[in-house]
Amino acid sequence: MAKDFDPSGRLPDFFTNSGTSSFTQFLTHAAPELLPGRRPLPPGLSADIAPHGTTIVAIATADGVVMGGDRRATMGNLIASRDIEKVHPADSYSLIGIAGTAGIGIELMRLFQVELEHYEKIEGTMLSLDGKANRLAGMVRGNLGAAMQGLAVVPLFAGFDLSPSDPSRVGRIFSFDVAGGLYEETGYDSIGSGSLFAKSALKKKYRPGLSTDEAVRLAVEALYDAADDDTATGGPDLTRKIFPVVMTATANGTHRLSEEEITAVAEQVVSGRMENPGG
Amino acid sequence: MAMQFYASPEQVQRDRSEYARKGIARGRSAVVLTYEGGILLVAENITTLRKISEIYDKIGFAAVGRYNEFENLRRAGVRMADLNGYSYDRRDVTGRGLANAYTQTLGAIFTETQKPYEVEICVAQVGASPETDELYRITYDGSVMDEPGFMAMGGQAEAISNVLRERHDTAADLPAALALAAEALGSVGGENGQTRKLDAKQLEVAVLDRRRKGRAFRRIAGAALTTLLEGGKDVPEKELGDVDAAPPNPAGDKPTVSAASEDTEDKSGEAAKAKAGDADPSEPADGVNGDGS
Repeated sequence: MAKDFDPSGRLPDFFTNSGTSSFTQFLTHAAPELLPGRRPLPPGLSADIAPHGTTIVAIATADGVVMGGDRRATMGNLIASRDIEKVHPADSYSLIGIAGTAGIGIELMRLFQVELEHYEKIEGTMLSLDGKANRLAGMVRGNLGAAMQGLAVVPLFAGFDLSPSDPSRVGRIFSFDVAGGLYEETGYDSIGSGSLFAKSALKKKYRPGLSTDEAVRLAVEALYDAADDDTATGGPDLTRKIFPVVMTATANGTHRLSEEEITAVAEQVVSGRMENPGG
Repeated sequence: MAMQFYASPEQVQRDRSEYARKGIARGRSAVVLTYEGGILLVAENITTLRKISEIYDKIGFAAVGRYNEFENLRRAGVRMADLNGYSYDRRDVTGRGLANAYTQTLGAIFTETQKPYEVEICVAQVGASPETDELYRITYDGSVMDEPGFMAMGGQAEAISNVLRERHDTAADLPAALALAAEALGSVGGENGQTRKLDAKQLEVAVLDRRRKGRAFRRIAGAALTTLLEGGKDVPEKELGDVDAAPPNPAGDKPTVSAASEDTEDKSGEAAKAKAGDADPSEPADGVNGDGS
């Protein structure tokens, strides 16, 4: 793995130098082949070669944030996966959801997770939430070349701010564009093919200061609305028991809703829609 | 022609060893021991610079000697562990692999460079039970030893080890293990051979918690450490948490994307007022006209 073989057996210089706290920066010396965004792509549009992940929603609550994602990945008109997981913890107080080319999104997410933990271990302290968001923006920007050839990936980042400027805004949400633009959202946001419908649903139902439970319900409702009108977003699958992945980040850290918890919420939402399909 | 000065390889190695040993003996000591709930790492340390830290999920690091040298090694360990965990899987990062890299590196530095590293380090990996815990001691010349449940490093390590050897008990709970560690560290360095009683301010303490999923490393400091040192058993899980994990400064009153300093993005107008106050335009400076008028 190390680039130069050193017969003394000593770890190469880039392991021991004091240069950087960034894992990505370290990889540029130690193993550049592991970095995304450096692979030469053949000319032309390659959008249809790999599965795409679809809708993610995030909601700020009184205690932090809630993020949910549907479980579908598509390739053109086909369903590539019914149970892909697109919402993950970025570290112990923040969450990342990915939409776009699934493979590149997963690599970006993995690298970002290690990046945050690496910084924390090297420096002995966590990055600020703003620092994490800016770092992720830089990583998205690094994928611009591939994005222009159809392999775009756009994450949604949300987290609990351990040292906020305003104590009433502990939950913060950041969205990105393919060029690495970073935008802090107020209250809620959604990305992916069904985001138009999810955002419309959230716009009508969201109010500041929601409890975590209310926000979980709202997230599942919004994903239902997205699946209702967007073919690429999967709704709650009652026959196979496949429900959205919903995670929270609060002062207690990140938490993924258990199978039982999310099943109960999803069944409530579905039974509500039996009586009123519009929610 | 000047006469080439000859020193036998044995002599060179001996000199280097002596040099490294002297350097290590000057510093304060550290102990690592297993207990029922995991592995306890304790260093005598009155500074905020760390001697103990996390390498990976189940792996901790403790060191004595020269700070800049073991900090180098610690960074290398974190980088190596993260690189392997990223390219393979988190389960594939092992304490033994890390100990191997350290022993190779320290060995090469000892034989090839003028000045050996004046460090002694411990790589600790916590397992499911005290029997499966692994403690590796790696010394300045690259030799590595697999220690049986406890170890001491630094000045007068032998005397500290003797205390540990007599009383170490893998079935001990955390307060008992910590009391033993503090007593062992305090058994040396007192005036006229007297024992010292070390308090929370003089100790850097962390555990690799056997029962914790994922990242097992956590620091114990502040009030939680004082309680534990006084024999208190009931330490709430939350207070044991990563005390230094939060970013040091509260968020500034500026947009996240702005790379400029907070005062330039001044939304409240306070910074502008403060700046105006520095050079108050209402009081013209003396001698503006050059003749005092």
